[in-house]
Amino acid sequence: MSASNKAIRFRENAARAVGDRALRAALSNAAGVFTVKREEAFQSTPLEEWRELASQTRLEVLDDLGAYVDRFSENASKAGARIHRAKDSAEARTIIGGILKERGIQKVVKSKSMISEEVNLNADLLRDGIKVVETDLGEYIIQIAGEHPSHIIVPAIHKDRRQVGRLFAQKLGCEYTENPAALTRIAKKVLRQEFLSAEAGISGANFAVADTGSIVIFTNEGNGRMCTSLPPLHIALTSIEKIVPSLADLPTFIRLLPRSATGQVITSYMSLITGTRKLGEATGASELHIVLLDNGRSEIARGEYREMLKCIRCGACLNACPVYRNVGGHAYDSTYPGPMGIVLTVLFEGMDRGHPLLDATTLCGACADVCPVKVPLPGLLRRLREERVVQGATPKTEQVAMAGFALLAASPKLFRMAQAAVSALWPIARKMATGRGVDYFPVPAKKTLSRRLS
Amino acid sequence: MQVQLFSTCLIDTFFPETGEATVKLLSRFGVNVVYPRGQTCCGKPADSGGYTRESRKAAEHFISVFEATDGPIIIPSGSCASMVKNHYPGLFRDDDRMRLKAEAIAGRVYELTQFLVHVLRVHEVGLKGKGRLTYHPSCQLTRELGVREEPLQLLHSLKGAEVIPLPNADRCCGFGGIFSAKLPEVAACMADEKVDNILQTGADTVTGCDHGCLMNIAAAAKRRGSPFQVKHIASVLAEAIP
Repeated sequence: MSASNKAIRFRENAARAVGDRALRAALSNAAGVFTVKREEAFQSTPLEEWRELASQTRLEVLDDLGAYVDRFSENASKAGARIHRAKDSAEARTIIGGILKERGIQKVVKSKSMISEEVNLNADLLRDGIKVVETDLGEYIIQIAGEHPSHIIVPAIHKDRRQVGRLFAQKLGCEYTENPAALTRIAKKVLRQEFLSAEAGISGANFAVADTGSIVIFTNEGNGRMCTSLPPLHIALTSIEKIVPSLADLPTFIRLLPRSATGQVITSYMSLITGTRKLGEATGASELHIVLLDNGRSEIARGEYREMLKCIRCGACLNACPVYRNVGGHAYDSTYPGPMGIVLTVLFEGMDRGHPLLDATTLCGACADVCPVKVPLPGLLRRLREERVVQGATPKTEQVAMAGFALLAASPKLFRMAQAAVSALWPIARKMATGRGVDYFPVPAKKTLSRRLS
Repeated sequence: MQVQLFSTCLIDTFFPETGEATVKLLSRFGVNVVYPRGQTCCGKPADSGGYTRESRKAAEHFISVFEATDGPIIIPSGSCASMVKNHYPGLFRDDDRMRLKAEAIAGRVYELTQFLVHVLRVHEVGLKGKGRLTYHPSCQLTRELGVREEPLQLLHSLKGAEVIPLPNADRCCGFGGIFSAKLPEVAACMADEKVDNILQTGADTVTGCDHGCLMNIAAAAKRRGSPFQVKHIASVLAEAIP
């Protein structure tokens, strides 16, 4: 991702992406599988009840976010964690870099964290000479490919197994194979060494529990558990809106998140980490730091886009979105792609940079259908389009066209004249624009309905 | 019964036959159709683009034309019907007087198949149809208006016609108003997927309740030389009247 404020070139990126056959095949295959599995996983469940409950719980926290952050911090501290609050990405990087440098740490293993992508952590640590190894298989693939995740749950969704085979052969010096099990074994062997030699582990957190100060991590590969328990130092980087009030609220999200994300009834591993390793405990880090990122969230929680913060990062809206399914995540050139990503990018990175993403939706509503916490995505997208117009970020020609449209729509006389003009000028326009798709447009009627009926 | 017809600017300008089919259909079931002369466009193109000031002007005009009339307002388009029913009141959230008017108008609006099924109970009549049909449920019709079964009930009630389920029916066709103008490459992919799904059914006609989507599907079908016809549900049903 670029850190500049230049507008994202979504149209160009998307046009390139739709021309990439391998990409589109990989995407439609994966997104299709997840969509079907999600539906199966929710069969004969009281999905609507769960969604409503989850939505209410999220809103309860957002209504009083500051107090919940305090409560979580207090309880996590009591359990032995050190709490750090980062107001923005730069602060989060400084805090984590500081902890590692202070202890002279050279090597870190990481389990998947989108917040670390949001703050662009890896590049910063590498610059400081700290080796960072991603240990989620998908994240590992894109790390050695030198790319960014193209999906928040399935970071390497854009790659097929042949591409991964070639990448491994090239970067790891192994023999080419496109057998997924063999590729996984190769990665496992490399990563095992990294786990055992790492001096610190960095993780994200899917949820943070205010009442107990616990963090909750869902993984499928067990890498999260190794990152957080093998090295003596564990740094958890998460954002403030991930808080849920109590352990009793967790089951709702345990039911909803894996089902929505991958169609699993539950993930293979779910770690609930409360503070540091206690006397007599066999596992766990002896030093735990929790970095709570704000990055504009406190302000968003008070404004009209607050419902976006209900998002639990399941990625279901990406899989459901017809635009995402065709262009993939990289076209968005932002940390978070897809419908939720458009809203978050505009809110986090500003209208100047994010506004072209607002074109990347037909407002079809497929995202809202699958959202497990009822984020009103089409409404938020539409509202942001309104904001874009107010800020003058749409093209001047479009502004003029819309002003003209309003004049016509408000005056039947002008409207009829315009209809007559369209009909009269059509043959000429058609000749001029021939070959540019105009041949497939409908032809204006010689006699409009209003004239036929009057 | 008397109803007011809002034909939509697309039907008025490009597909007047669909408007005539709507009138024929409603008349067949004893409804007196009035066509208010001053009608233009509901404002949807501006509204989905975020041009609220502009869509408000269109809405004010719509309200002024239709508040002078009585009875149900019939709109043969899911997205335009949803615009008036679901989005008009919000356009005037800071103007109580206009908001009340918008709410009164919204309460009178029916999408065509909604009216045919729930008010006229046409699906029980058993019109005579023909051919192999498939149906594209458009996004705003289903997701915003909640009209899912009504068009299918009507199509299934056609004696002699076969209705073949459309695979991945709920997927957007890629029209999205200004979307297809702004991202033509992506829109074309989405329309292609829709055409592929239609071809899979082997239907000779695809029908739906929104001319915007149908126009987009027709353009993709024409570009590819696909053999099926694209026809608004009003025309399919009107043709079934003996």
